[in-house]
Amino acid sequence: MSTTIAPMNILETQPQTPAAFPAWFSDLQQQAWQEFLTTPMPTRKDEVWRFGNLKQLNFEGYLDEENTQTEISTPDLPEGVICLPLDQALESHGELVKEHFMKRETRLGSAKFAALHKARVKNGLFVFVPDGVRVEQPIEVRHVLAGDASASFPHTLIITGKNAEVSVFDHFSSANDDDAGLCVAVNDLIAGDGSKLTYCAVQELNLTSRMIQVNATTVGRDAHAVAFTLNTGCQWARNESISRLDAEGAHSDMLSCSIPTGTQQYDQRTYQHHAAPHTNSDLLYKNTLFGTSKTIFSGLILVDQGAHYTDAYQTCRNLMMEDTAEANSMPGLEINADQVKCSHGSTSASISDEEIFYLRARGIAPRQARRLIANGFSVEAVERIRQERLEELVLAAIDRKFSTIS
Amino acid sequence: MSLVIKDLHANVEDTPILKGLNLEIPKGEIHAIMGPNGSGKSTLSKVIAGHDDYTVQSGSVTMDGEDLLELDVDERSREGVFLAFQYPAEVPGVSNANFIRAALQARLPKGEELDAVAYYKNLYSKMDVLDMDRKFTARAVNEGFSGGEKKRNEILQMMMLEPKFCILDETDSGLDIDALKIVAKGVNAMRSPDRGFLIITHYQRLLDYIQPDHVHVMSDGQIVKSGDKDLALELEESGYDFLKEGELANA
Repeated sequence: MSTTIAPMNILETQPQTPAAFPAWFSDLQQQAWQEFLTTPMPTRKDEVWRFGNLKQLNFEGYLDEENTQTEISTPDLPEGVICLPLDQALESHGELVKEHFMKRETRLGSAKFAALHKARVKNGLFVFVPDGVRVEQPIEVRHVLAGDASASFPHTLIITGKNAEVSVFDHFSSANDDDAGLCVAVNDLIAGDGSKLTYCAVQELNLTSRMIQVNATTVGRDAHAVAFTLNTGCQWARNESISRLDAEGAHSDMLSCSIPTGTQQYDQRTYQHHAAPHTNSDLLYKNTLFGTSKTIFSGLILVDQGAHYTDAYQTCRNLMMEDTAEANSMPGLEINADQVKCSHGSTSASISDEEIFYLRARGIAPRQARRLIANGFSVEAVERIRQERLEELVLAAIDRKFSTIS
Repeated sequence: MSLVIKDLHANVEDTPILKGLNLEIPKGEIHAIMGPNGSGKSTLSKVIAGHDDYTVQSGSVTMDGEDLLELDVDERSREGVFLAFQYPAEVPGVSNANFIRAALQARLPKGEELDAVAYYKNLYSKMDVLDMDRKFTARAVNEGFSGGEKKRNEILQMMMLEPKFCILDETDSGLDIDALKIVAKGVNAMRSPDRGFLIITHYQRLLDYIQPDHVHVMSDGQIVKSGDKDLALELEESGYDFLKEGELANA
């Protein structure tokens, strides 16, 4: 027998784990709820919220409703691959979920909201690819948020076995232009030894919505993880991305494109954690800013003691399409090992007059010339996804954004 | 009908560079301009193309009677003016094929779409003339191209856009003899009774492969001497010293 539960205020009402979920999960959610209640709100003094807009963290009045429609489309899946909505996976593969679900601490500032996610998550995606199995085409997931002041907590958990391969596309959009949605998403990407895991998130929520996305990638021996995020929607979005290189030969590509317009704000914090020698991470974040929009990039490379022969690169580039926009970049590194190759850098530049002139000298009108160059600026990060279908989906979303700009 | 430049004066900021330049290039002819560094050759090419850094103080530039100076850079291009740059810009993230396609698309009436199949067929055939590898279609415009590759790419664009009037600004600089021959081959393939060329060069070498109808010498913002193709050979032989002698004579 089921009873209809009245919508719950996400900040005040104790979450109710569906009865069909395993007991351990229910316990975990109750613990997480206590953690949420006891974890203090971020303050301006927190280094990880520097330049951040704390006013955007007022989620008063948001309700935990099941309004989000999640649609999963899968290619032909080889035998042994598990690809299920998270709720079904909890019922049928509870132990496997338990082993990996939110095992990593959130250290980039949103611990309170990650706890809220953990306490309230009911749905999402679970993917497990067994050893040696390759899924050629991406799994595509589309979350459509609906309902005013409605909160959603989608979770994505992807695990690849030894020498396995998979790619996942996660798309966030709104059912209409007006409903102010809140999306607090967490993804755990666990790339097993020798595997290739590609994850691509595209955020196209409406301009009244807000999003927090916390990404935790763990890369095993000789494994290669690629995590890409595109932001074009939301009034405010915060992305936190951690990649931990756990064993020799691990490689992580951390990529992002953001195209804020009007008064949109994107706040991005990253962490490249080299926990083993002979590991490689390469971060490229590209922001194209219009109007009075604002971006924040804060990145840290940490090379642990003994993680010798590490290669770590971190680049944030801001293309200022108008001088009224504001881009803040705070690159950083902490190295505790030898024979390390690290570089970090951030640049902010206006669109080059020389490039514009060159395009115009071939007959391309100024507006189209600017669009081509701005698009090309993003393409440099997109083409590092190196998966044709994913690149196509991302480029289409970028195109949709540019077509709204006059 | 032709390109006509009359008493053209142009500045960079407050510095006069062109000081009353006159030149007429009828359709079907190739004119070469030679001259020492700083004589204003490149400025002339930029002024015709419509670069913002140069302000025209007086004079006129018309193409087939149309006042080019009234038009924006991109409008001039669509009207048929083409400048092959001495230093072409690199445009990261924009593939060469998409760039040239956008340039052709810009010439079509609103709502009309370029035929992609025909476009690539045309592009490949032009690339074959210039001995360009197909991989250049996917590469970002001029990014990481060698000097010679950039110049070939300029000629490729010229061949694709089929302009009425072409200016080649020191296209031969930095080219080895093989690349020079290929570039010349592209230009010669474009020669037509309907098309005029202005070739700016330091060296006579290029003119061995592209035979000009007229050669002009530019100095201090003016055309100071004109002749046939033999003038280029003379200059190669004796240099520009005669200009200095002229100055001395005036002093």
